[in-house]
Order: sequence, then C-alpha cells, then structure tokens
Amino acid sequence: MEKILLTCVECPMGCQIQVEVEKGEVLSVTGNTCPRGKLYAQNEIKCPMRVLTTTVKTYDGKMVAVKTDKPVKRESMLSLMKKINAITIDLPVKIGDIIIENLEGDANLIATDDLQ
Amino acid sequence: MKNNYDLVIIGGGPAGLAAALSAYDNGAKDILIIERENRTGGILNQCIHNGFGLTRFKESLSGPEYAARFKTEVNKRGIEILTETTVLGFNKDKIVTATSPVYGIFTVQAKAIILAMGCRERSRGALNIPGSRPAGIYSAGTAQKYVNVKGYMPGKEVVILGSGDIGLIMARRMTLEGAKVHAVCEIMPYSSGLKRNIVQCLDDFGIPLYLNHTITEIRGEGRVTGVTISQVDEFKRPIPNTEKSFNCDTVLFSVGLIPENELAKSAGVPLSARTRGAIVYQNRETLTSGVFACGNALQVHDLVDFVSDEAELAGRSAAEYIIKGATIHDAFDCENGANINYVLPQKIDKNASENVKLFFRVSNTFRNCTIKAVCGDKVIATKKRLIATPGEMETLIIPTEKLKEINGTLTLSLEVNE
Ligand SMILES: Cc1cc2nc3c(=O)[nH]c(=O)nc-3n(C[C@H](O)[C@H](O)[C@H](O)COP(=O)(O)OP(=O)(O)OC[C@H]3O[C@@H](n4cnc5c(N)ncnc54)[C@H](O)[C@@H]3O)c2cc1C
Ligand code: SF4
Repeated sequence: MEKILLTCVECPMGCQIQVEVEKGEVLSVTGNTCPRGKLYAQNEIKCPMRVLTTTVKTYDGKMVAVKTDKPVKRESMLSLMKKINAITIDLPVKIGDIIIENLEGDANLIATDDLQ
Repeated sequence: MKNNYDLVIIGGGPAGLAAALSAYDNGAKDILIIERENRTGGILNQCIHNGFGLTRFKESLSGPEYAARFKTEVNKRGIEILTETTVLGFNKDKIVTATSPVYGIFTVQAKAIILAMGCRERSRGALNIPGSRPAGIYSAGTAQKYVNVKGYMPGKEVVILGSGDIGLIMARRMTLEGAKVHAVCEIMPYSSGLKRNIVQCLDDFGIPLYLNHTITEIRGEGRVTGVTISQVDEFKRPIPNTEKSFNCDTVLFSVGLIPENELAKSAGVPLSARTRGAIVYQNRETLTSGVFACGNALQVHDLVDFVSDEAELAGRSAAEYIIKGATIHDAFDCENGANINYVLPQKIDKNASENVKLFFRVSNTFRNCTIKAVCGDKVIATKKRLIATPGEMETLIIPTEKLKEINGTLTLSLEVNE
C-alpha cells in the first residue's frame, strides 16, 4: 500500500489530503473538509482533471474570457489550447454562451464574460 | 449627471459595486459610482481564472463572472455610473473633483464618500536589482492585462520574481499560451501565494519554485536576454557561488500589492503605516467623518468574497450616516502585538451593535499557535491555528457582549503553543 499526500485545488482552503492507494485503486481518502476534496483526490490518482480557463479572440480584436464547463484532462490542456487559439469569434457574447461544443468529451468551452 | 449626490463611490471594482448595492438597499438611493476604466468590475475583468466566489456563491467563478453578478444587481437598481472618469481629489467638505472625456474637469458635492480604489502593485523600483533596465520587465498584473484583455504576449522565455498569487497565476497563463517559464524565485522561505496555486500553476506544468532565492542580475541591452538568481542567507543577502543563470526575454515581478491611497492622503484622511490604507472604525468609517473605505484600498485581501463583505459593511454604514447623521464615536484602539503584522479595524466603538470581526496578518509562518485578543490582563477572545502564514488573511471575532469588558487598548498577538 502506498500513501500519497495531495493538496486539494478545488477551493482556496487548499486542504492537505492523504490518499491510501493499492495497485492503482484508492483505498481511503482523509484530510478533506468537504466531499469535493474526496472526488478531487480520487481523480488525481486515476487521471488529474482541471477546469481550463483562457481567452478567445474576436473579430474586433477584443478578448473574451472562457472556461471549460467541466474539468478536462490535465494532460490535454496544451493541445486544447491550440484548438482554442485557432478560432476567432463574433461579438456580442454573453456569460454561458457555448463557444466550442464538446471541446473534450462532453465538456464545452463557454464564455465567462459579457462583451458587446 | 447631477452636481450633488448623497453618496459618491470612488472606484467601480467589486468593492465599489457591493458598497453601492448595500447603501441602496439600506435606504441611500442617490448614488454615483465613478470608475476610471471603460467598464466596472475592477481588476476582476483581467482575472479570467476561476476560484472566485466559493464562500459567497458556493460556486467556482472566474473574475468576470463574479463581477457580472454585482453589475447585474447595480443595473437593476438603476444606480448611476460614470466610466472613463478619474477622480482627481476630494476635500473635507466632500466636494469631489473628477475628469472625463465627456465632461472635462468637474466637481460633485457628496454627503458621504466611499473609497474603493483598489490597490496597485509594488514596482521593481522598490527592489533595487543591479543591472541595466532593458525592456521586457513587467509587473505580473500588467502582464495579466496584456495577455487577458489585450491578447498580447509580453514574451516567450520567462522568469518570475516573487511567488504572490498573481505571479503564480501568470506562470500558468503564459505556459498555456506557449511560453516557457523557467523559474519562479521567492526571497522568503515560503511562498506568499495560496498552496493550491503552487500545485495547479507550477507543479502541474513542472515549473520550478526556488525559495530563498532572488534575482541578482538582469542582462540585456534594449531587451532582456537573461537573469541570474542566487540563494540568499537568513539576512536576505545573496550567497556567493549559488548563482543560476537563465536565458529569457521577459521578467515578471509579483512582489506584493499596496492599497491605492494617494487621494485619501491628499484629502487629509489619516492612513495607517502598517496597512497603507485608511485608519477605520469597525463600521469602515475613516477618521474623516462621512468618508468610508473598503476593499483593497483599505487592506489587501486574498479573496474577493471578503472584499464584497467589507464593502457591504461600508455601504450600510454610509447609508446610516446619510439617513441618521454623523456617528459620535466612543472607541477604543485595537493594536497589533507579538507576531502580528497589522490588525483592522484600528478603532472599535464600545457600543457597536454587532460582533466585530478582526482582520489581520501574522508576521511569519507559525505552526500550532494561539491567537489572543487581550485588554490589560483580560483575555477577550482566542483562536487556535494549526498553521498560520503571512500569505493568508486571518480573522477573529469579538462578540458584542465582550466589548463592554474592554476598557483600554485591545492587543492582538500570536503565541506558539509548547
Ligand atoms: C493585478 C492584480 C491581480 C489580482 N488577481 C487576483 C486573483 O487572481 N484572485 C483574487 O482573489 N484576487 C486578485 N487580486 C486582488 C483583487 O484586486 C481583489 O480581490 C479585488 O479585485 C479587490 O476589489 P476592489 O474593488 O477593492 O479593487 P479593484 O478591483 O482594484 O477595483 C478598484 C477600481 O477603482 C478604480 N479606480 C482607482 N482609482 C480611481 C480613481 N482615482 N478614479 C476612478 N476610479 C478609480 C479602478 O479603475 C478599479 O476599477 C488581484 C489584484 C491585482 C492588483
Ligand atoms: S476538500 Fe473541500 S474545503 Fe478542502 S480544499 Fe478541497 S474543496 Fe476546499
């Protein structure tokens, strides 16, 4: 059995989480203050996931803030950035507008700012 | 625009917006918000990463999303906003002077004023690094604005000095945009940023963090071509033969924030040498009657959620001032003792009608410690902490019923438990 120490990144509390792992299977999670921490720790062992936040160009030159509406694989962040930087969109956009559907799996890229 | 308002709010960041909402909802409806930029939202407009609003909305929002919640509420109430308008000053009679492309230089008379100008970044000037001053040196916040708002990358090969949150966030941001971040170096033995940002901004991308290190040389003529970093001893002096050299075209500084208070200073509002913001009572009124302060203009907050809370308190107090008239303060002082850098509020009314939340920062990293608020030999409130660091703002609540027991200065200190 292996003990792994993690810092939960789900909120600014940054709880120190201890995970007991055996042959890739999570046996126990301790130190998390809330259930999100447990889920974070389980994912972190199997396949680390992150919400990706970045910007998208518009035809008027303004940048629109965007994020994935679900966490995506940490490993794919740089390749997703290439996809996102290849597009240019029209204004106006509103918070929640889908910019790229199914960017990875069922995670969409959505706008996080209102711009005219 | 009129030439007189009950309440003028200087700054339309999260603090100014929340203060306006709370003043309005508490009965002071004649409000003008003055904002220098072309939109409200303050620094949140450039903070596109998520993690905002977890305390307040139980959701992880990006900066613009958090700001939008407040903008929507301000618009619903029809609160007047002047953008692209910079306040140049105000005086004891609460006449505010401002300038805008539309109105030129003009004045407005206010009954009450709320200071919500936010903070600014410490500059490299304060740091004294030997070497030339080539182009390619930016504060992390300036770089953040370039990348996120203007869509322009300041460089490709980056070294970051200082491990404040903005520096960490920019390390990830520039990496995602294709830059190579060679190192983050921090002169202290600990990072002043949140642990989660070390993990998700540095560790995730294999960016090394050099603690106890500083930049000792910046090379390049015209444009930065490289830097040398060195380890420092306990007196922060570079240790010979510990130099590491990096080739880079960009250096970012993330070495701390200071409340923006030139306006308050020239208006004669007394400032605290410790917070660099105004000295305030628990209701966020400054020592100048009718002038209130909140948000990063008052004290540098880590979390915008607390900025909003503080601004609501200031807004409520301003409404009370406008409706009921000036408060007669009968207050005791609140001071920092051992191992505490500052405490806010600096003055507390003996008859305050609500619990008083003290905000403070500790002076070093302490494990297993107790924070105590005492008056003479009376212990008024205590709190135990497993770990306390200067990077995270701490709080301690003084219950109303305890205020009566305080008959002198209240001193806050930290003791390490045996
Ligand atoms: C570069 C930078 C990056 C940051 N990143 C983060 C982060 O990632 N996460 C986080 O939680 N916190 C971050 N912060 C802290 C963040 O500033 C606060 O959480 C919050 O935005 C503070 O709100 P505020 O309204 O007090 O100040 P601000 O958001 O700074 O708003 C102040 C407003 O006042 C306006 N103003 C100033 N002077 C005048 C004047 N004379 N006349 C008219 N208007 C004026 C400014 O234009 C601005 O819009 C950052 C701060 C800075 C400086
Ligand atoms: S476990 Fe819960 S409280 Fe702790 S950091 Fe994670 S999300 Fe935050």
